[in-house]
Amino acid sequence: MAIASDVLVVGGGLAGATAALAAAREGADVRLVSHKQSTLSQASGLVDVLGYVPHTRAEADDDPTATPTAGRTGIRDRPDPEGPLVDPFAAVDRLPEGHPYRLVGVDALRAGLELFDDAVDGYRGGHTDRNALVPTFGGTVKPTARYPESVAAGLASDARPMLVVGFRSLTDFDARQVAARLEATGVPFPVAGVEVAFPAAFRDDAAVTRVARALDRDEAIDGTPARRALAAAVEPHLDAVEGGAARVGFPAFLGDDAAPTVRAELADHLGADVFEIPMGPPSLPGLRLEDRLYAALEDAGVRYETGNPVVGRELADGTDGGDGASGRVEALLVDRTGTEVPYAAEAVVLATGGLVGKGIHSDREGVREPVLGCHVPHPAERYEWYVDDALGDQPYARFGVDTDDRLRPLDADGAVQFPNVRVAGATLGGADVAREKSASGVSLATGLVAGREAAAEVSR
Amino acid sequence: MTGHDDSDPEDEEYHPAPGVPRLGRDEQEAVYGPDYTVDPPEDGIDPVSRAAATGAADSEPDVAPDGGTSATGGDLDPDDYDAVDVFDTGALDLRDGSDSCYKCTSCDTSCPVAEVDDSFPGPKFQGPEQWRLKRKEDADIDPSITDCSNCMRCDSACPSSVPLSQMHNEARGEYVDEQMEKLSTEYVRNRILSNYRFFAAIASKTPRLANFVTGLSVTQWAGEKLLGITGEREFPDFAEETFREWWRKRGGARVENPEKRVAYFHGCYANYNTPEVGKAMVRVYESFGYEVMVPPQQCSGTPMFANGMLDDARRHAETNVEELARAIGEGADVIASCTSCSLSLRQEYPELFDLHGIEDVAEHTFEALEYLRIHEDLRGELADAELGGESFAYHAPCHARNQGLARQAIETFADVDGVAVEDVGDSCSGISGTYGWKAEKYETSMTIGAEMFEHMEAAAGEVGMTECPTCAMQMEHGTGYEVKHPLQVLEAAVVD
Repeated sequence: MAIASDVLVVGGGLAGATAALAAAREGADVRLVSHKQSTLSQASGLVDVLGYVPHTRAEADDDPTATPTAGRTGIRDRPDPEGPLVDPFAAVDRLPEGHPYRLVGVDALRAGLELFDDAVDGYRGGHTDRNALVPTFGGTVKPTARYPESVAAGLASDARPMLVVGFRSLTDFDARQVAARLEATGVPFPVAGVEVAFPAAFRDDAAVTRVARALDRDEAIDGTPARRALAAAVEPHLDAVEGGAARVGFPAFLGDDAAPTVRAELADHLGADVFEIPMGPPSLPGLRLEDRLYAALEDAGVRYETGNPVVGRELADGTDGGDGASGRVEALLVDRTGTEVPYAAEAVVLATGGLVGKGIHSDREGVREPVLGCHVPHPAERYEWYVDDALGDQPYARFGVDTDDRLRPLDADGAVQFPNVRVAGATLGGADVAREKSASGVSLATGLVAGREAAAEVSR
Repeated sequence: MTGHDDSDPEDEEYHPAPGVPRLGRDEQEAVYGPDYTVDPPEDGIDPVSRAAATGAADSEPDVAPDGGTSATGGDLDPDDYDAVDVFDTGALDLRDGSDSCYKCTSCDTSCPVAEVDDSFPGPKFQGPEQWRLKRKEDADIDPSITDCSNCMRCDSACPSSVPLSQMHNEARGEYVDEQMEKLSTEYVRNRILSNYRFFAAIASKTPRLANFVTGLSVTQWAGEKLLGITGEREFPDFAEETFREWWRKRGGARVENPEKRVAYFHGCYANYNTPEVGKAMVRVYESFGYEVMVPPQQCSGTPMFANGMLDDARRHAETNVEELARAIGEGADVIASCTSCSLSLRQEYPELFDLHGIEDVAEHTFEALEYLRIHEDLRGELADAELGGESFAYHAPCHARNQGLARQAIETFADVDGVAVEDVGDSCSGISGTYGWKAEKYETSMTIGAEMFEHMEAAAGEVGMTECPTCAMQMEHGTGYEVKHPLQVLEAAVVD
């Protein structure tokens, strides 16, 4: 086969990139394929590890009101989660068995973070085990282990007075609400929100990339450079907060390639620190993280390609073996507009995402993993996939591929299904990352182990 | 294409690609038929092209000098085709694709036009949102559809496989058909730009004269004043010998091999303007033992899609599909050296037209370097190659992205001695075929291209590299660099 590599990673998100980096650093020849452009553009850019330990129904099994059926009506009784956690590492033992952290262990989590710190510039938080508290555009504070430099001046543990600036044209971000909610959570600093008109007359829902570009290039707005014009619009409001703003938070659109310069110049004009508040998609901090990760992949000699889906597998006998088959995977089939092209590999890392990322597929018939056909355990009765409490302990949130502690996928009988495959990130079952605030950490820890394991598979 | 019923959930053969909607781009019936109920062309030659080519109207414009006639010999009989309205019949239902959109805005973030022009509402509006608005009676297509450059980056950005560019193509086709004034300068200009092949065929009869005329500043002035074609750009030179003329003089293929055959779709540009790219393709493929066929062919349709001239595109597609399907029947795969041509044959054809054999053509079409990487041990072949220490600043065309080809040139040359190829990043060149030729779009085009120009200047190489002919024009226009096609470098590496 003409297209071949030692390790083939499927999936271009944080888990796939981490696995590819880890395998390349072990000396393997690595190729990464992803169907679409990385969805890191939808990520906040924050790297969380574990913010909360939510209560699970399993703990409440002795409580008759907490059976799956009772769960539908038990919304009033939902216990508060444990957290926000100060030390995420210390809480790993309190996660349910089968959680990816329990499988790979705290050391793997630390090693994953170490790899991230080494490969990706412009992030902070590695100096401590403690979570940082980062204000979000919903006015909450998010416990997170690593955060981009651009949000550093906004941490909630900092006592300096904070001004939050919003823009009339940016309807997703209500600065006064952000400030009011931060205040309500009891942050240890005075905070106020103001809404100003963006100095440029952009159309109301102009893409954030348009704003970022104007600041990146310091485009002239009615003759005034964009950064100075923006500072001038904000400056009259600095005293809106008690004691005068020592730091000013903007929605996260302060430039792309030139972001550090944009912040520094704004800070200079305003005489206050400037920081970004992460937004929903499209997210500039997510895009910047994507750029850095892919630059790291290129530096590590990882070959990557985006645009075509993996649609099947070839086992040792040259066939796909049919439903529920097991054995060594010799090649994956990449669909190039109707022609299935085999990509041969000694080892495969599956990091295609979970239910949202389409690495796990569910329909009325069941739940499955569509690329390799890994077994996904789930109740046969569809009504047991969920409970009515939307924010409660949803069984579907933990759907995913079961693995052994080397991240090899397990079939329905608990036997290794594909011995040269490793699974990483949201494709794994057992974590409720939305409630735990653990998505990035799971990707880093399991990506690292999957990548190292895959590289070891090659030398075996 | 699939040979089974996609609408039947019980069909056991049905294995959707992950994330591809059940009736999404790859599976659905796609039809766009010419609407001849209004104004049937009597001779198959559209009146605008004819009128615009005053002085050359007798030259049988629909027949290329070397026999590239249309499938029906130039006469189009409306009865031969199923005329189907884009939206009215219900045969073409984009509902699935529209419903798959969860408004994550990845497409808007990827849009190079929205990044520089905040008055452009972006692909999410142009696609699924406009499609939904059209469910109501009497809703016109928003004119901003003509600001879309058809770079199709939104397709590769969408995590849900919403057929954005298909929606844009159809909306643009409807806008041009039903809302655009047919006597307007804009329409005539767009018609001329999208029928580049027609004019190139004429110009190539007397390339020196044509180059002289297009090189005159009065021509550029007139182009801008009369037609709205920017005077900022220099028209590309026509080759003194077209690729097809060279091929005929050469006596055609020098390798016969029924086991390894390829049909070369050179497109317009490699034929009329850069035959050296076509020659490189032939020499490289022959060195790998392939028998190269060069079937009669018309324009791939790329500029026509981008200008909403779907009738024109369909007419050309008829010839291409018939000729290429015949070559496939003789055991060939179709190879294009232009990534927009290959994208058109692979993706836009089956999305928009319902022609016999069109799915076969789509499945059997590949880009030139892509095909060698799949079927030959290119790495092994290049291991001993040595080039003369050249450095290139490589730009991946947007249309290469959708085919998964954005990194192939970098990867191919990474291990070759004596050549350094540097990726200048993932920004769009901004020209998008005919887009950057329009006077009112020129500035947008150059603003989009600024990032690429800067990265090219920062790269070590002083020569550009790209697969796309119009990206090459833009690279040259913005930096003054000479620009090569990867096939030319490959030729230097593997052909003795």
